Amino acid sequence: MDAVPSREIADMPGQAALPRKNGELVFDEAWQGRTFGMTVAMSHDASFKWSEFQARLIDEIARAERAGESSSYYERWLRAFERLLADKGLLDAAALAARTKDFATGRRDDVF
Amino acid sequence: MSHHHHEPESVLSLRVRALESLLVEKKLVASEAVDRIVSAYEEDIGPHNGAKVVARAWVDPAYKQRLLADGTEAIEELGFGGVDLRVVENTPGVHNLVVCTLCSCYPHALIGLPPTWYKSFEYRSRAVREPRVVLREFGVELPESTEIRIWDSSAELRYLVLPERPAGTENLREAELAELVTRDAMIGVAVVQPPTPAAR
Repeated sequence: MDAVPSREIADMPGQAALPRKNGELVFDEAWQGRTFGMTVAMSHDASFKWSEFQARLIDEIARAERAGESSSYYERWLRAFERLLADKGLLDAAALAARTKDFATGRRDDVF
Repeated sequence: MSHHHHEPESVLSLRVRALESLLVEKKLVASEAVDRIVSAYEEDIGPHNGAKVVARAWVDPAYKQRLLADGTEAIEELGFGGVDLRVVENTPGVHNLVVCTLCSCYPHALIGLPPTWYKSFEYRSRAVREPRVVLREFGVELPESTEIRIWDSSAELRYLVLPERPAGTENLREAELAELVTRDAMIGVAVVQPPTPAAR
């Protein structure tokens, strides 16, 4: 069942810990939830192991901290996710840039 | 929203939509699965807040005293709240069991969503009528001499069981202790098990 929260994900320790407010997950914007959900879904479908994503998330947080960036937790998450997908050969950076432009210009409006 | 300088939200939002559209196209994710996962995690808190409270009480006798005297105030010290709470302590002679006979009142902020059985009519009625049998079915065998106290949660007041600290955990740190504490132990249908030798 993909809808049963995994403790490995829900209780990640340290800086990788999911942002929460009074125990509940916080997604300030819809895209943050989508990003979270896509990452979890792909780990369930064995596209990658959660530990592989978690390692990249920790790296990305450390890098952003060193660089003094004020980026949000989920901006860092998104970067880590994109990097993992690229490492796995599942995402082409040029295709993502082109598709983003399609959405920005209104050429595309739906994710399907 | 953050007042810091960072990329405008709309750019990220577009990028994530593009990403999802590509991944869906490649059949690497299904949008419905993403929906289900997000709502499942949004509702999930899990037992870790409650476990932190229990572990603190185990290592800090003064905190434990405050917790038993006024649960609501004591959990606020750890940053948890939004619930009127009474904490009941298990001892060698007393075992506590929490139920909500009317519906499914439960300290969500501390231990997440109630399990399905907690909301069942069977548990709600039998926990009061034959707690010893119910506990045995959960695998908790208590000596006949142990007194069982039933606490009926309500919308106004929720209960949390402070389980007994297992033997052989004297050297564990607070965070390690918290990992041992389960949701079921804080409802009172389980006891906290000592760590397995392999996990130490």
